[in-house]
Amino acid sequence: MTGPDAGRPAPVIDVRAVTKSYGHGAASVHALRGVELTIESGEYVAIMGSSGSGKSTLMNVLGCLDVPTSGRYLLDGLDVGRLDEHQLALVRNRRIGFVFQSFNLIPRTSALAQVELPLSYAGVRGKERRRRALAALDLVGLADRTDHAPNELSGGQQQRVALARALVTAPALLLADEPTGNLDSHSTAEVLGILDRLHDAGRTIVIITHEDEVAARAERVLRLVDGLVVADHRRPPVRASVPPPTTSVPVGASGPAVPFGACGAPGAPGAFGHSGNAGEGAHR
Amino acid sequence: MNPVEVLRFAVLGLAANKIRTALTMLGVLIGVGAVILLVAVGNGSSKSVQASIQRLGTNLLTVSHTAGGGRFGAAGQGGALKDLTPDDAQALVDKTLAPHVESAAPVQTTSQSITYAGQSVTVSQIVGTTPDWFATTNHDLGRGALFGTEDVTARRKVAVLGSTTVENVFGTENPIDREILIGGIPFRVAGVLETKGGNGAADSDDTIVLPVTTLRDSLTGYGSLSSIAVRATSSTDTALAQDEVTSILNNRHRITGSAQSDFRITNQQSLLSANDETNKTFTVLLAAVAAISLLVGGIGITNIMLVTVAERTREIGIRKAIGAPRGAILGQFLAESTLLSVLGGGLGVAAGLFAARFEVVGITPVVVPSSVIGSFAVSVAIGLFFGGYPAARAAALRPIEALRHE
Repeated sequence: MTGPDAGRPAPVIDVRAVTKSYGHGAASVHALRGVELTIESGEYVAIMGSSGSGKSTLMNVLGCLDVPTSGRYLLDGLDVGRLDEHQLALVRNRRIGFVFQSFNLIPRTSALAQVELPLSYAGVRGKERRRRALAALDLVGLADRTDHAPNELSGGQQQRVALARALVTAPALLLADEPTGNLDSHSTAEVLGILDRLHDAGRTIVIITHEDEVAARAERVLRLVDGLVVADHRRPPVRASVPPPTTSVPVGASGPAVPFGACGAPGAPGAFGHSGNAGEGAHR
Repeated sequence: MNPVEVLRFAVLGLAANKIRTALTMLGVLIGVGAVILLVAVGNGSSKSVQASIQRLGTNLLTVSHTAGGGRFGAAGQGGALKDLTPDDAQALVDKTLAPHVESAAPVQTTSQSITYAGQSVTVSQIVGTTPDWFATTNHDLGRGALFGTEDVTARRKVAVLGSTTVENVFGTENPIDREILIGGIPFRVAGVLETKGGNGAADSDDTIVLPVTTLRDSLTGYGSLSSIAVRATSSTDTALAQDEVTSILNNRHRITGSAQSDFRITNQQSLLSANDETNKTFTVLLAAVAAISLLVGGIGITNIMLVTVAERTREIGIRKAIGAPRGAILGQFLAESTLLSVLGGGLGVAAGLFAARFEVVGITPVVVPSSVIGSFAVSVAIGLFFGGYPAARAAALRPIEALRHE
């Protein structure tokens, strides 16, 4: 469990009035309309929302794969908007681990080589790289599948390779974009189990999902509607059992309280502000 | 990313689509191979002509008649032009006036078909001359005997045959003392010349040598000689010998200015350099054609790399998402294209060297080392240059756009 990081000055994620629009003029689409979001170190956050709500766009911005149209994004206190391409590549490599719905493994490449890849780009030498990659694969329970190419692995195994690849550089932030969207229930349980263990180990995790049982694992659930965060629920992190009722706070004046299925108690008055900064210690 | 890593990724990338890789390399292979082989053919033809000129001796001068030459009979260019005569040839051997002339022989050439045992054979050259000709032009006796001075003065019908002619007419039969018909006139074969070897285009061994008097009597008539073969005392003295020959002949033909000159002197050295010039042009042309095919091979690399980049856009997106810097992507695709061209070029060098071991249109190719190094270097440069554009495109892709690419 993470304790209150009082000594830590900057949150892992600090998103300020971020907007993102595609296209120009009348045809432009506003995917994000001014998102405010702060995520502290060690938090396990689920972002929910229907398709088109902008959650994937938000994830891409958080993962430094895309740049916001306006607003600021501070990652570990670092203003990402001011970084050039090379520095962004470094940030993606060192500070962020990304897991995709479609696994996004490189074809015809062994599991070990996939996991070694971020380390190669980080300039880690052969022996050390191999050791760390094997450790990461061991962590996801695939120590016996190191020589298998993606087409020789099941979906769940592929996603676990992707997880190992995201973790191998020990990033501050693990972003998962519907990681269980293409998996059966057994593989889903495996992947979520790994995420739970990572959370226990103090890793910051942000996961996008539309499945309530996946979101139920997180200690904080954000709901996105039309490019705005409309709800921010916090609850004591209880897993693998029926979670107790949590508090739910409507975000902003415009957003109604959206019921959060697995958490029950919709619309209950919350004890915590939406920014989440103050809430860390209350989980104890 | 160290270079070994980059290379490993490049090999994996190329191995992913073996047929495409092989075909692209084939383009470069043909380009490089063609450059090496065609330059070798050009060089080989030049070498063989030079060799046959050198076999005649670099100290050989040829005095030829300006007006048509003996083959067509009289000079016929008005009274001012005098014929080259056997006496002219005789006059050139003069130790006081021409100390640098070792020997000289009149040459009257014609072309006739000959008959032996009812079979008619065409001989490329029939030469009428004096016994001095054999030493002057470096012809050695193989079998039998050469004709002598008394054969010339007595106008005897004797012939000395080149080795190719013997083969064509007699096969394995011993030709010595046999009788052949040249233009219907019977000649006795006195001897056979040693094989000199030719350059394929004109076989200098397909020849019959007769006493000049007999030839003029019975076959060509008494016009101007075709030429006079002159041998200088050494190859360094050819210029001096040429001057001496010029002054003797000018004197005999009463020529005062060069405009009236009725003869021309060529030496082997100038023939060699003239030949060199022609061959250089020939080789450059061949090399240009081959270079174009190398360029086409390079464009093939660009094309394939563009396809590869388009096809692997998603992979590029993944790599960027996990933190691949621009340089790593650029390096990977550049390494792939360079590897394509290096392998293709290497195989092209092997293919070119292998093909150059065989005779091409009668020419034995002689490989020019600089063409091997040059074409290989150009192929590698082509890989870098033509692969650069697709690689830069790949590296400049935005990660999210690359990831969304289907």
